[in-house]
Amino acid sequence: MTGLRKNWENNKPEIKNMKAEQQYIDLFTQCEAMICRHSADVLNAPRAKAFADFEAAGFPSQKVEKYKYTDVAKFFAPDYGLNLNRLEIPVNPYEVFKCDVPNMSTSLYFVVNDTFDTHDNPAAQLPAGVIFGSLKDVALENPELVKKYYSRLADTSKDSVTAFNTMFAQDGVFMYVPKNVILERPIQLVNILRADVNFMVNRRMVIVIEDGAQAKLLVCDHAMDDVNFLSTQVVEIFVGENACFDLYELEETHNSTVRFSNLYVRQEANSNVLLNGMTLHNGTTRNTSEVTLAGKGAEITLCGMAIADKNEQVDNNTFIDHQASDCTSNELFKYVLEDQAVGAFSGKVLVREGAQRTNSQQTNSNICATREARMFTQPQLEIYADDVKCSHGATVGQLDENALFYMQQRGISLKEARLLLMFAFVNEVIDKIRMDALKDRLHLLVEKRFRGELNKCQGCAICGSIKN
Amino acid sequence: MLEIKDLHANINGKEILKGINLTVKPGEVHAIMGPNGSGKSTLSNVLVGHPAYEVTKGSVTFLGKDLLSLKPEDRSHEGLFLSFQYPVEIPGVSMVNFMRAAVNEQRKYKGLPALSASEFLKLMRQKREIVELDSKLANRSVNEGFSGGEKKRNEIFQMAMLEPKLSILDETDSGLDIDALRIVAEGVNKLKTPETSCIVITHYQRLLDYIKPDIVHVLYKGRIVKTAGPELALELEEKGYDWIKKELGE
Repeated sequence: MTGLRKNWENNKPEIKNMKAEQQYIDLFTQCEAMICRHSADVLNAPRAKAFADFEAAGFPSQKVEKYKYTDVAKFFAPDYGLNLNRLEIPVNPYEVFKCDVPNMSTSLYFVVNDTFDTHDNPAAQLPAGVIFGSLKDVALENPELVKKYYSRLADTSKDSVTAFNTMFAQDGVFMYVPKNVILERPIQLVNILRADVNFMVNRRMVIVIEDGAQAKLLVCDHAMDDVNFLSTQVVEIFVGENACFDLYELEETHNSTVRFSNLYVRQEANSNVLLNGMTLHNGTTRNTSEVTLAGKGAEITLCGMAIADKNEQVDNNTFIDHQASDCTSNELFKYVLEDQAVGAFSGKVLVREGAQRTNSQQTNSNICATREARMFTQPQLEIYADDVKCSHGATVGQLDENALFYMQQRGISLKEARLLLMFAFVNEVIDKIRMDALKDRLHLLVEKRFRGELNKCQGCAICGSIKN
Repeated sequence: MLEIKDLHANINGKEILKGINLTVKPGEVHAIMGPNGSGKSTLSNVLVGHPAYEVTKGSVTFLGKDLLSLKPEDRSHEGLFLSFQYPVEIPGVSMVNFMRAAVNEQRKYKGLPALSASEFLKLMRQKREIVELDSKLANRSVNEGFSGGEKKRNEIFQMAMLEPKLSILDETDSGLDIDALRIVAEGVNKLKTPETSCIVITHYQRLLDYIKPDIVHVLYKGRIVKTAGPELALELEEKGYDWIKKELGE
């Protein structure tokens, strides 16, 4: 393990530590007024504290346990353009993006970079009281509502990437499902990265599912242009008592995209949340998911999968905080790594004093399909209650050679046999999806991904132009 | 059909087969018996191209082709089938997807179009009946959670699907109760045609009561040391292998 760890560190270019931060400290100092002018008061309020936190802490080094496997500063060091002045990006996603799959029956929305697209909004299809729109616009129209939630879970003093995002975020998405409202149609949000120069996007999402409400959201990340992208995203999700919420995140970007996503969830009593993050195509991805089980009997299913090849990197860091009793957490992450791809998974489960009858299970299984692919896994359990059922397991392995030969003896070529095994391996994560149409589509996408035929979504005009 | 000449093979540098000569003609059933560790399973693994074994000398011709130069999957396409002594469990891969991939790759090799989903399922249904394989098993992952008997029945089911010209049954009778043994053996007999051949590797006469061999060989220390008619199997059942060892001067 030591040898591998050393290799990982050797990949780092030499960067003087504070240098990466300084350009953003300068940028923020110079442009704060402009940033605020093009946003809303609710979003502007926490900026000063976020800035102070960022200035004090800087980007986390790899000595910080939580960021052990991703060198944050390295990715922020290059020069990126930012659209702080909110110039309109000339694209009508509804014209170029045809991602609709039959029977998916989603309400489709777009965010271009961090701007909520208002070209042809299907808002009429949402039940009364449901809001799905621009975070900035809702914050201007209904500041009291947004203020109750914005920057309440995402603590800027604990994570510099969150602080960074809070400094620069000007817009994003606000989703609100009022008490006892059931959203029958899943919502699909497509994030499109679009720019002519190397570009940075800081996107923000606030999702509120009130008591007894139910909703499903599918978020797809795409990169449209052949430039370097760096996107940061902070998502805050509030799920009320007896509420039910599914979030599926699907990343299909390209090798020159860097993604930092920090997701915070707070669950009240007897709520049920499913988070499933799937990385099909990317450059470097770091997903942090922090779930607080605050009310008795809450249940979280936190899963994810990554299929990575070439020099792709996927780092998932999860934290489940069992604060209340009788809560259940199920975690399942699976990686298939080919070529020189690198994967990391770190999952911490904290069972606090008094969180009796906690039921927690964590599984991380990985396949390194080549000798050069590397996987780092770090399961962590911290338990301060005595009546709990907790388990965790992590495996890193290769494809089963006996199974491969068995299939070859039946006439299945080695290549096809490998595909069948890899496909079977990640199916377990796909099968957690609670939307049949999405499940079917993912089976198809994953198969195409493994066959190297994935040209992003089927029937998507944008994706045809993307280089893999 | 199959002609093995002076076949030598190693595993991990250790020589296991030390000069095998064997000829199987169309329609024949050969039984290969022999004490543990004599090389019976090695022979079957070498024939189907298991990558752990290295052929150091000799030749194998199968239906006029140089078998040893073919990839394992192409040996299968040419009509060679092994019923594994220990069938492999493949979690997550359904029997349906597994068999469809196998059948369609074989069809592709022969220049035939792939079967449609309904044609394929119909074929599965027909062949399943030959070994009385439960339809539930056909919907599960390959061999996962199957009992010993179900695994062996599943092997013969796959044999029925692929219609091989030469089948090697490697201790197909091990781990079977009397009823399962009868079902498996009857399945093999139903699939038998005057053109297809079979090599049955077994320790016991009881399988040969059902699948009648034309020729019985004794494999010992990597060589075939005795070849005779079906009466040889009965004699071995009765007397064991010591008398053969004595004949060899050991």
